[in-house]
Amino acid sequence: MKALRYLLVKEYKQMFRNYLLPFFFVVLPFAMVNVVPRIATQEIKNLNLAIIDCDHSTLSARLMQKVSASEYFNLFAVCDNYNQAYDLLQRGDVDFIITIENEFERNLYRTGGAEVMVTVNAVNGMKGGLGNGYLTQIVMQYAGELSAENGTSVKHPVSVEPRYLFNPGIDYKPYMIPALMSMTLVLLVGFLPALNVVGEKERGTIEQINVTPVGRIEFILSKMIPYWTVGLFIVAFSMILAWKIHGVVPAGSIPLIFLFNIVYIFVISSLGLTVSNYSENMRQAAIVMFFFVVIFVLTSGLISPLSSMPDWAQEATRLNPLRYIIAAMRDIYLKGSTFPQLISQFIPLCIYGIVAGVWAVVSFQKNS
Amino acid sequence: MSIISVRNISKAYNKGKTVALQDVSFNVEPGEIFGIIGPDGSGKTSLFRILTTLILADSGSAVVDGYDVVKDYKCIRQHIGYMPGRFSLYQDMTVEENLSFFATVFNTSIEENYHLIEDIYRQIEPFKKRKAGKLSGGMKQKLALSCALIHAPHVLFLDEPTTGVDPVSRKEFWEMLQKLKRNFHLSIVVSTPYMDEATQCDCIALIQNGRFLTIDSPQGIIDDYTETLWAVRSDRMHKLLTDLRDIKGIKSAFAFGEEHHVTVDASVITMEALTQVLQEEGHQDIHVEKVKPSIEDCFMNLQKG
Repeated sequence: MKALRYLLVKEYKQMFRNYLLPFFFVVLPFAMVNVVPRIATQEIKNLNLAIIDCDHSTLSARLMQKVSASEYFNLFAVCDNYNQAYDLLQRGDVDFIITIENEFERNLYRTGGAEVMVTVNAVNGMKGGLGNGYLTQIVMQYAGELSAENGTSVKHPVSVEPRYLFNPGIDYKPYMIPALMSMTLVLLVGFLPALNVVGEKERGTIEQINVTPVGRIEFILSKMIPYWTVGLFIVAFSMILAWKIHGVVPAGSIPLIFLFNIVYIFVISSLGLTVSNYSENMRQAAIVMFFFVVIFVLTSGLISPLSSMPDWAQEATRLNPLRYIIAAMRDIYLKGSTFPQLISQFIPLCIYGIVAGVWAVVSFQKNS
Repeated sequence: MSIISVRNISKAYNKGKTVALQDVSFNVEPGEIFGIIGPDGSGKTSLFRILTTLILADSGSAVVDGYDVVKDYKCIRQHIGYMPGRFSLYQDMTVEENLSFFATVFNTSIEENYHLIEDIYRQIEPFKKRKAGKLSGGMKQKLALSCALIHAPHVLFLDEPTTGVDPVSRKEFWEMLQKLKRNFHLSIVVSTPYMDEATQCDCIALIQNGRFLTIDSPQGIIDDYTETLWAVRSDRMHKLLTDLRDIKGIKSAFAFGEEHHVTVDASVITMEALTQVLQEEGHQDIHVEKVKPSIEDCFMNLQKG
């Protein structure tokens, strides 16, 4: 094990001599924590709207005003007929058409009810669904206001007041940022080890190492430890960025976050090294690693919630180490979960770590 | 006792389709420079990789420095120095860093074995802060040799150390090897595609298509040469070669520098007769003389048979 020290010195020297790598260790977390949460948001704003007002009454004008005053909608056009509005929708200029029927005001006063038609462009399902929800809310609110003003007995029996736990503002950022940190780690400490051993194979330097008495455990450890330290630096750096830029701080314990990440970085850097050991050249390693990263990210619950996946897919995601770390990171950040509560995420991660670590050492062949 | 003893080594790749080595056996004595000489693709590197414990032979056995290459590969790695054909030091580390890295992984230090590399390393010491990747070819090679020597190995394996090196550096390199042999009684196994380097070795093996054609001292190989060898020149060298091959009594003809070397059946054709035949073919300035065989002539001759 004496040689490990010298191997490590060599690895660190090479890592920091490669001017691009240290640059990425800083820039990538910055981009992931600062920029991505702003653009990868699931909040829908600025929906474009066309209104066909067939009534031209005071009440219809008030409805129009109310809708366009909402922060979610932009009133794009007021049309005279449906065909004109439909053209706009087909061109993609507007996402919604509201049709206020003829005699809207009269019907409302006379019968106590009137109809508003909402046409939704559902090409983007999420946009359509959420927008429809917002729009219905606004119209219902308006109906409520009207009945209150007139003292009429329009039914207004129950009002639902939702309270969102753990993330009262349903702010997207505290939800995404912890998960994005884990994704940054896959990109850096998963990908880079995958290119490392195979890089030595390509440059031929492994030949010279192989005829030395350096053991394979030492060799693999010398490849892993640098990424461990870099990974933990990235976690710390990302947490500081999240706090300074977005004011997102973990509700739970910071040492717990590091405990999880220590195991997690071990898992993914071992996977990366295993891929590297089996690859003959950098291209192979990169494409295999890319495959894993894409699959891991898409099935990790980062974007689509695990609970909405089909059962077989949910079972399959148990093989995804990213799933456990993302769940744990979100629980620690939002709910302030403690270690006993997260044991069901911790144990699979540890098992994964043991398997991947042993595999990385065993698959490294000093001779063939 | 021999420092390397190889018995019936065979190795094939692609599930037996590409044969690299067939039934190779030889011994290397301590303090000897043993040259393995043969063209590209003849199996030289495969043999080196088996002896340096990087690959396993399909059959046969080999003992290096008293250790079996399969069972005791860990011990062998302590006591051999290997310089692969391709420059394989860390190009992003400096000369000094490479040297001290390889010293430390062998659990020694530059100072401890400096006497071994002194002559060689002194020449690159002025550039010790330079990255290995930025060195010239000759300097890279000196650094690689220093790194292979820094742990005081008992046997040095050099795979085509002079390939791609200019003639002056090649000569220098061989002088370094001779010095190592003389001063430290080091055993050296070296491969090369250059026949003219053969005379630098104490013992050479000519290898082709994975087989050893012969193993002997360079003089021994030349002494074994029984053919009559002539050097032929004329004003039209290219035509001369094809013409020579058609003449009765000429067993083989091949280009050799500025001349063509031909082996002849002296009972069928004489020098005068050959000159006359060539004149009839339209050659002028014909020059035929008897020459002493070189290693290359021996190789060409052995290769036919």
